Amino acid sequence: MAERILDVKNLKVDFHTYAGEVKAIRDVSFHLDKGETLAIVGESGSGKSVTTKAIIGLLANNAKVVGGEINFNGQDILKKSEKEMQSVRGKEISMIFQDPMTSLDPTMKIGQQIAEPLMKHKGMNKKDAWAKALDMLKAVGITNAEKRINDYPHQFSGGMRQRIVIAIALVCDPEILIADEPTTALDVTVQAQILDLMKEMQAKVKTSIIFITHDLGVVAGMADRVAVMYAGELLEYGTVDEVFYNPQHPYTWGLLNSMPTLASDKLESIPGTPPDLLDPPKGDPFAPRNPYAMKIDAEQKPPFFKVSDTHYAATWLLHPDAPKVTPPEEIVRRQEKYAELMAKKKD
Amino acid sequence: MPERKKLLQVKHLKQYFTSGKSTVKAVDDVTFDIYEGETFGLVGESGSGKTTTGRSIIRLYDPTDGEIIFDGKDVSKLKSRADKREFNRKMQMIFQDPYASLNPRMTVEDIIAEGIDIHGLAKSKKERSEMVENLLETVGLNRDHASRYPHEFSGGQRQRIGIARALAVQPKFIIADEPISALDVSIQAQVVNLLKDLQEEKGLTYLFIAHDLSMVKFISDRIGVMHYGRLLEVGPADDVYDKPLHDYTKSLISAVPIPDPEIERQRHRIDYDPSIEGDDGDKVRSLHEITPGHFVRCTDDEVEMYKKKAAEYEK
Repeated sequence: MAERILDVKNLKVDFHTYAGEVKAIRDVSFHLDKGETLAIVGESGSGKSVTTKAIIGLLANNAKVVGGEINFNGQDILKKSEKEMQSVRGKEISMIFQDPMTSLDPTMKIGQQIAEPLMKHKGMNKKDAWAKALDMLKAVGITNAEKRINDYPHQFSGGMRQRIVIAIALVCDPEILIADEPTTALDVTVQAQILDLMKEMQAKVKTSIIFITHDLGVVAGMADRVAVMYAGELLEYGTVDEVFYNPQHPYTWGLLNSMPTLASDKLESIPGTPPDLLDPPKGDPFAPRNPYAMKIDAEQKPPFFKVSDTHYAATWLLHPDAPKVTPPEEIVRRQEKYAELMAKKKD
Repeated sequence: MPERKKLLQVKHLKQYFTSGKSTVKAVDDVTFDIYEGETFGLVGESGSGKTTTGRSIIRLYDPTDGEIIFDGKDVSKLKSRADKREFNRKMQMIFQDPYASLNPRMTVEDIIAEGIDIHGLAKSKKERSEMVENLLETVGLNRDHASRYPHEFSGGQRQRIGIARALAVQPKFIIADEPISALDVSIQAQVVNLLKDLQEEKGLTYLFIAHDLSMVKFISDRIGVMHYGRLLEVGPADDVYDKPLHDYTKSLISAVPIPDPEIERQRHRIDYDPSIEGDDGDKVRSLHEITPGHFVRCTDDEVEMYKKKAAEYEK
């Protein structure tokens, strides 16, 4: 059995705004195993970033955790003071942000920026820290590292900057790396390089990754497990194969269906827009946009139904009394592929 | 195939930018045609010159060299006010950022009607409001949205307002510069489908500029691939995507993540060596037709090599 290093239980986060309390995270639970990559997928406003910011203690001033716990190595992170969090952040849990331009200090040499966490968290002296920084710079694929360690961020391209950010995040061998849309600002070819680098570095430093993205293509290539978020709730989670080939929640169907694939010539869109979280819907939050919605979806929030030991989905369609529905064509195609895969595995 | 009308011809377009002593060749000798009623997709990475090409075509920049012929007229030689006005009406643009491209201090009605006013397309205030309301319905918004301000709308809705503004002057040709890259996946599909429906309904011609190859393939009839300011490959969308000839196109396609774990596990990324497109010494490269309608930028000597490559796909 895999070792569980992070356990998020019933997390609830509200944002205080002039218009009222925005219920951004509404009862979210998930876990992270050692060495795995968990992808959290969702659209903007689904709460994926807020969830990870709660984990690393970087919530905005107007945000408040109103319930739940986040257990990391047996301790509830939410109970830690800001001072205690400072020794967790960057050392045990570190983060990569979307925009490599703004996450580096433009006035500091990159060597200094990589060495800083080593001096702060590991008490290294400057010389040793810079030596380690140089190794790290080489490891993330910066050519001519001896010379470039003295350069400033503006002297690097976007992709190179993201490599440096990865070096900083991983230099203290953190147990968890949170990557919040780390490749969204990059070109596809550079994105492919950075994703390869992340996999390679993960194998080297044995870190677990929480990967936040809206790009299902990236998820398919990076994740061991996938969690789908919508309107501040988790709707479905499972292994990458289970979620991509045997999705159960109509929202997951809609997401997979709205991507152009090689097989289909038609693009299905999800009608409507996500709900306003000032006044979140009572039942399934996706119900108003869901062509498969039943009466109960608008009235009562569905619990998680078990699909397999690793796969759960919160949709009433999985209730034994629910009528049988045929998912969209593209999903049927995926389920057929899943059956083939499972048959192959048995052989 | 019946002879189709070329709505837009771009011939040897060059757009250089100088700052101090250095010159950036943002667009370097780009030639392509767009036929009436089709969607031409222009793909490339940041800095490839795809956006600059679009902006030069609609005359947001003055081209350094080359010709742009729209509807039979060379747009750089339009002299009279009436001709220029006519050009500005027929060609419209949809921008990438739906937040930056709408004036926050104007109502939706005034934003959409700005072109109507300039071109004097409405005879009365009542007609103007009617036109705006009809446009809002066309793009899937409500009539009563007209009196609101941009901040009251989501990204996808704002992009619809941008589309309504472009449609207001009844253009023939629309340049859509990354119109969906700022939007969420489920909303992207809505906007793409809207653009497709409008094309069918109104017989529009599109230049669709984007970096997302899978979406470009989906919406386009033909695709052009740009890199370093040059057009490397042009052809029917399926040919370019399924039977790419240029190494750069191959590397670009190999880098596009596919939402299918099995395909991703077997992904084989192709690295690209940009030296093969450089102008090394006296070798002159230009677009050569390898298979019908499918062009690659290469030297005269390389044509045979590409023809062999193309033949291999047919086996």
